[in-house]
Amino acid sequence: MTTGSAVFAQEAVQLANASGTFSYIWLVIALPLLSAAILLLLGNRANKWGHLLGTLAPIAACGVGIMLFLAMLAQAPEQRGAIQDLYTWQIVGQFKVPFALQLDQLSMVFVLLITFVGSLIHIYAIGYMAHDPKRRLFFAYLNLFVAAMLLLVLADNYLLLYVGWEGVGLASYLLIGWYQQREEAAVAAKKAFIINRVGDFGLSIAIMLMFASFGGVTFQTVNAGAGVASNSTLTWIGLLLLLAACGKSAQFPLQAWLFDAMEGPTPVSALIHAATMVTAGVYLIVRANAIFDAAPAARTAVLVVGCIGVIYGAIIGCAKDDMKKSLAGSTMSQIGYMVVAAGLGPIGYVFAIFHLVTHGFFKAGLFLGAGSVMHANDDTINMRYFGAMRTVMKITFVCFGVCTLAIMGIPPFAGFFSKDDIIKAAFSQGTLPGLVTLIGAGITGFYMTRMFIMTFLGKARWQDDQHPHESPPVMWIPMAVLAIGAAIGGLLMVPNHWLETWLSGAIPFEEHSDLLPEWQWIIITVGTALIGIGTAVWMYRGEIPVLAPRGNPLTVAARNELYGNLVNEEIFMRPGQQVTAGLTWFDNKAVDGTVTGTAAAVGAFSGALRGVQNGFARSYALVMFGGAVLLVAILVLVRL
Amino acid sequence: MTPTYYIVLSVILFTLGAVGVLVRRNAVVMFMCVELMLNAANLSLVTFSRVHGNLQGQVMAFFVMVVAAAEVVVGLAIIVTIFRSRRSASVDEASLLKF
Repeated sequence: MTTGSAVFAQEAVQLANASGTFSYIWLVIALPLLSAAILLLLGNRANKWGHLLGTLAPIAACGVGIMLFLAMLAQAPEQRGAIQDLYTWQIVGQFKVPFALQLDQLSMVFVLLITFVGSLIHIYAIGYMAHDPKRRLFFAYLNLFVAAMLLLVLADNYLLLYVGWEGVGLASYLLIGWYQQREEAAVAAKKAFIINRVGDFGLSIAIMLMFASFGGVTFQTVNAGAGVASNSTLTWIGLLLLLAACGKSAQFPLQAWLFDAMEGPTPVSALIHAATMVTAGVYLIVRANAIFDAAPAARTAVLVVGCIGVIYGAIIGCAKDDMKKSLAGSTMSQIGYMVVAAGLGPIGYVFAIFHLVTHGFFKAGLFLGAGSVMHANDDTINMRYFGAMRTVMKITFVCFGVCTLAIMGIPPFAGFFSKDDIIKAAFSQGTLPGLVTLIGAGITGFYMTRMFIMTFLGKARWQDDQHPHESPPVMWIPMAVLAIGAAIGGLLMVPNHWLETWLSGAIPFEEHSDLLPEWQWIIITVGTALIGIGTAVWMYRGEIPVLAPRGNPLTVAARNELYGNLVNEEIFMRPGQQVTAGLTWFDNKAVDGTVTGTAAAVGAFSGALRGVQNGFARSYALVMFGGAVLLVAILVLVRL
Repeated sequence: MTPTYYIVLSVILFTLGAVGVLVRRNAVVMFMCVELMLNAANLSLVTFSRVHGNLQGQVMAFFVMVVAAAEVVVGLAIIVTIFRSRRSASVDEASLLKF
């Protein structure tokens, strides 16, 4: 049975029990997890070699991943998957969830991406964090993250995916707040965790609904049940999964945390908030494709959220002077592209994953480049203090340039192919999504060129304490590898549609109708990007002021992240504070008051009662006399 | 000479004694009123013994007298001790056992 109607689609994969090479699937997760455990438990004793073990773990996991990949290639398409059942998690009563790892074409792509890009960033971090006395702990957290992310993509059921989901959230919190002494970093870590919690709430309710409707939470059970469940249930599950994806992937309305997350060290931003964690939401939507196929309303919501994300992130990226925050806006926008592609249905799932992979390469490369510039400039990150970096940082200049061309969608670099595919598919669905993606490509050209000009070209605006220099090889080699990947990544798709064929064994794929011939599409997309580039070159052709000019209202709004924080504060935080204050008041006055009041009443009563004991013998005698009279009266009355 | 008169007398004596205990301040006078109450009870016991025609009431009156005597001994000893340390026999002034 083919999962799609495309000419080159493959047979759907039959998931057999893991055997042979596939029985090593668990190693992929176990290696980074073991390394994290060792580094955390040994503590300071591991300081001398901790970073080396921490880097070896994802490299070893990558090796195992490549071995699994070759084993998969050797099989026929129907046999390219396996489920490794490790343990049955007896939760309660009939609710048993298998602790099982599913390796199919989709999770294989993710495993390779996470371990390969992760390994490169680990190597980079050896150099970037060289002056940090807690470097070993940093690598422990990074390994924890890699293990949790791999668990997320290898899980064969939604509950185990949720475990990985929470794990990456935890690692993100620990790493964003790495510079613990900085108040902004601690606040940013809390903010990221709390906003992610809103998404986690969606995922947990969705899992509960799945169990209630389908009786189980494995992918196979849910996919089978999606055909028979009621439309409203499926729509609710879809919307809740979308909420979860918005939280993790920083899409509207849960996007506010991504910009503050740049407080973390640059390797963290590169690995977690560019290449891998923020793509977990896209993975979730693509995995749950059966639900979205059966609930068109939820799919439309996905498309809308993606379109908003494309424009929202792009506008913010245009106005930020902080290099990393501008790249964060770019990340939000690019993930918006992936969400749009996922929201287009079977015609777009493969393109979403393709863009995810290429984005992993060029965005990580951009972030490593930004880190390189930051490191060279004593951790300054304001682009207004840069300029003319090309004269002193030639390798960074070239790598950043290649990745910039890739993200802007200039052929023959990788971003062109993936973004072009998404734009074409979007137009085939409707004019509005197509226009949004196209305009987003133009704005991408603008803000990336702006960033490039402000940092590397023009005149130097360095302050007195800045002495930029090129990074050591341990830092520029991974950057160069990523740049090469960004350059040639398009080859994944261009000849013989390799990635589409590969993935169609795991997720449905249909071809969309071609509205225009290919060469016209190239002119439209590249032309739009060139318009954006040209606008930026013209606007920033002269002297760039060191003090940021006031700017028009849109610029001011974009600098404040389109007032997203203000909205969150006014709509959720202040009412929440009021509710909390009210509840605290109630707890203090009403609940405590009742308890204390009861005690006070008892005390007052006893105080009144003890007046009887006044020490006068005669009053005691009177009481005794009264009691005796009472007794006699009772006796007499009873007799009567 | 019906027993009724004796019972009424006994009641009057008892009431006088009770009121005296409640009203008088001097400890010795209170004691005398207590004795009065006891003797009123004795009188009624003897009267009822006469009414029933047996000696049970009179025997009980003996017991009451013995107990009254013992009580007087102890009570007067206490009053004298208090008088010796306080120079006053008023029960109102010995009111330290209060809240």
